[in-house]
Amino acid sequence: MKTDVLVIGAGAAGMAAAIAAAKNGLKVIVAERDEITGGILNQCIHNGFGLHYFREELTGPEYAERFRERLSEYTDAIQVLTDCHVLKLNRDKKALLVSPKGVFELETKVVIYAAGARERPFGSLMIPGDRPSGIFTAGVAQRLMNIDNRKIGNRALIVGSGDIGMIMARRLTLEGTEVVGVVERLPYPGGLLRNVIQCLKDFNIPLYLSSTVVEVRGKERLEEVVVAKVDEQFRPIPGTEKIFKVDTLVLSVGLIPQVEMLDSLVSLDARTRGIACSSTGQSSCEWIFAAGNCTAIFDLVDYVTREGERAGEYASRYVIGERFTRGVPIVPGENVMLTFPNFYSDVDDLTLYVRCRKPMERAVLKVGSFERVFEDLIPSEMIVVKVPRQKLTGLGRIEVTLQEV
Amino acid sequence: MRIAVIGAGVVGSLIARELCRYDVEVLLIEKNLDVGWGVTKANSAILHAGYDDPVGSVRSRFCSVGNSMYTELSRELDFEIKRTGSYVLAFNDEEIAVLHRLLKQGEKNNVPGLELHDRDTILSREPRVNPEVKMGLWAPTAGITEPWMVAIAAVENALENGLKLFLNEEVVDFERQNGRIVGIVTNKAKHRVDVVINAAGLFADEIAKRVGAEFVPLHPRKGEYILLDKKLGSTVRSIIFPAPTEKSKGILVLPTIDGGLLLGPTAEDLPSDRKHDLSTTSQGLEAVKGFVLKLVPGIDFSMAVKTFAGLRPESPQKDFFIRASDSVKNFVNVMAMRSPGLTAAPAIARYVVEEILQQQLGLKFSPKRDFNPLRKGIKKYAELSVEEWQRAVKESPAAGRMVCFCNEVTEVEIIEAIRRGARTLDGVKFRTRAMFGRCQGGFCMSRILKILERELGLDASKIVLKSPSSWIIDGKVRE
Repeated sequence: MKTDVLVIGAGAAGMAAAIAAAKNGLKVIVAERDEITGGILNQCIHNGFGLHYFREELTGPEYAERFRERLSEYTDAIQVLTDCHVLKLNRDKKALLVSPKGVFELETKVVIYAAGARERPFGSLMIPGDRPSGIFTAGVAQRLMNIDNRKIGNRALIVGSGDIGMIMARRLTLEGTEVVGVVERLPYPGGLLRNVIQCLKDFNIPLYLSSTVVEVRGKERLEEVVVAKVDEQFRPIPGTEKIFKVDTLVLSVGLIPQVEMLDSLVSLDARTRGIACSSTGQSSCEWIFAAGNCTAIFDLVDYVTREGERAGEYASRYVIGERFTRGVPIVPGENVMLTFPNFYSDVDDLTLYVRCRKPMERAVLKVGSFERVFEDLIPSEMIVVKVPRQKLTGLGRIEVTLQEV
Repeated sequence: MRIAVIGAGVVGSLIARELCRYDVEVLLIEKNLDVGWGVTKANSAILHAGYDDPVGSVRSRFCSVGNSMYTELSRELDFEIKRTGSYVLAFNDEEIAVLHRLLKQGEKNNVPGLELHDRDTILSREPRVNPEVKMGLWAPTAGITEPWMVAIAAVENALENGLKLFLNEEVVDFERQNGRIVGIVTNKAKHRVDVVINAAGLFADEIAKRVGAEFVPLHPRKGEYILLDKKLGSTVRSIIFPAPTEKSKGILVLPTIDGGLLLGPTAEDLPSDRKHDLSTTSQGLEAVKGFVLKLVPGIDFSMAVKTFAGLRPESPQKDFFIRASDSVKNFVNVMAMRSPGLTAAPAIARYVVEEILQQQLGLKFSPKRDFNPLRKGIKKYAELSVEEWQRAVKESPAAGRMVCFCNEVTEVEIIEAIRRGARTLDGVKFRTRAMFGRCQGGFCMSRILKILERELGLDASKIVLKSPSSWIIDGKVRE
């Protein structure tokens, strides 16, 4: 089989990229390993999606459905293969795909990689103790409850106060599982303020800041979780242990971009741990573009959609014959934890995503000769700015800083 | 004649399979929900070369022989082994002296191919090793395997050859007549028996005590491990040992069969009443981290995917205890299987059946004419050629449905594992490697639960992780 564009993954980024490429008149194949398109949106049945992109509040499945409909408007140009896993991608632009319909090779002109992220597993935290059942990542818990209609336990503790952790605290409560608390290592909540209010305060779920799980106990099913306070270096403080008698532990401790399939083909960014991309979505391998959570973890699906569209647009232009420079590196400076994209290619204004390193009341963002003041900054909320092209001309390196004022 | 083996670890399973070569009725009784889930499940998974064991010890008698038997055994039973070789590293003169001692001991134990390597040779083969290394003892016959898979494969093959397997059945008592055992009483049934072989791992001393036979007291020695992502699997090519101490072979760095990197174990002696203590500790995990960095600097622990602990049965003699009982004439102890129990197991199985039962006890067995020594493992579709795989998918579409993306396990493999006896999530995991990869089931666990539900005709609330009360979900969110 042959195609112009192979999109790997049909979540928010992949669907948007496919549509953008089809609009440019290209032939697109989308390979999705799940049974339906939509990716993780399908299990996120809470609302709050689409405020930026659609200017209205949708649930995850609703958001996915809108793009599913748009995809279906391009049936001539876009072929969606579900239940289809891309096993290998080779340097000669050939991919090996496997699905219940067959195993086959596909030759493409360009790849848009939109494989999303995976959750950090329990084992990576190296928490001492037993290995009972009843320990779930938030995503697994969400899938079991929201798609498979299964109750995961009766009394739960949540680790991680990112948005997913807090939303799961509310979800579990609404479904009849008592949530005894949310534990957060940082001295401030890890997610959006609106979720602290809507998911925890409104349901009287305590938030334990500067705290961490130091042991799990239970020979068969989980029985107890030991939580302790931590010092500034996140080391548990002896004597501060508190025991929670729970049968369920839900972990929401971070997402890791899924990059393994491209490991030997493209370079990665050390901070995002995702695929290092130019502002065109192009990776270090010129025929591979990438978008969404496989490049960096985004706060909002709306951003992921925009990035998918951008990658789809530039990948199409690449197929048609346009060539882009890799551009100049964009590097995090003072008070900046990470930035995306990783390079600026001088073809358009720069949409820049910035995550600060610590909470700040007021700070000036400086990018080249561009400056803007932001207020109430917290690391969990990305700053998104459009930096005009002319503010970036002639730079050999773009440092992004946040100066507290 | 009915011969019962108590304990379906790697030793009991291989003994049971060995017995199935003969015209006897073989019973294998295991208290866990699956085979290979006791001591067998969590250890360093090493085929030791055999230089560590004191000359003249029972361990030395079986280790290098067992090691050499694994080549044929893995071919017959279709499980994987890799002869990675091993290095014991020395960083100072004292440790160099230890290497010389091990070399001599190894030669006396008939370990083939041992060599002392200088720093440059070691670093050319293992460039990630600490460059301060002075000398290394190279043992080419050392290797790795998946211990639970040895037990699974042996039991599957034995079942083909007539074995009767009783899982989730715990031995609680024995019936005796005239100084002999005539029956085994479990929590579920009574089994009439003519001979009993005690391969009950950590609990073998308690079984022997109950019988009234001789035994050595056992206590658990805990070993904690950290398993790292496949991305780091090529950090070392062989098994890297420190110079051993009196107590243990030390904390190691080694590749795993499926491409990961394993670090550990610690060696903590626990009292005999803590034979169920499989918990990891912060001290243990920190010890592993600190120690391995001396052998292989720069290991990235953020790539950890799992931590776990295993228990090995240790006795005051620090040696295997394998003998027919003097006081109970039809009872054989195969106990105190500390390291290198896994390596020695095939040699021990043959010794028990051929020498103890047939020669020492004088039992008369005739070989089973239709014994089939061959077992096929579950086919790994991702390892097939595109053409072969394509044909398989035409026959069964599930062969093209990828369930575990990290380790590339298809639905057909999961179904096959269930047909072969997996009843739990861990049963599927240890037979197929699904949920064993970097996401640890994040994407596939819920799908595997559904397949188990469908294939077993059970509601998911009845499906457990590993033991009877390790439930996973508690019914439905809503009707």
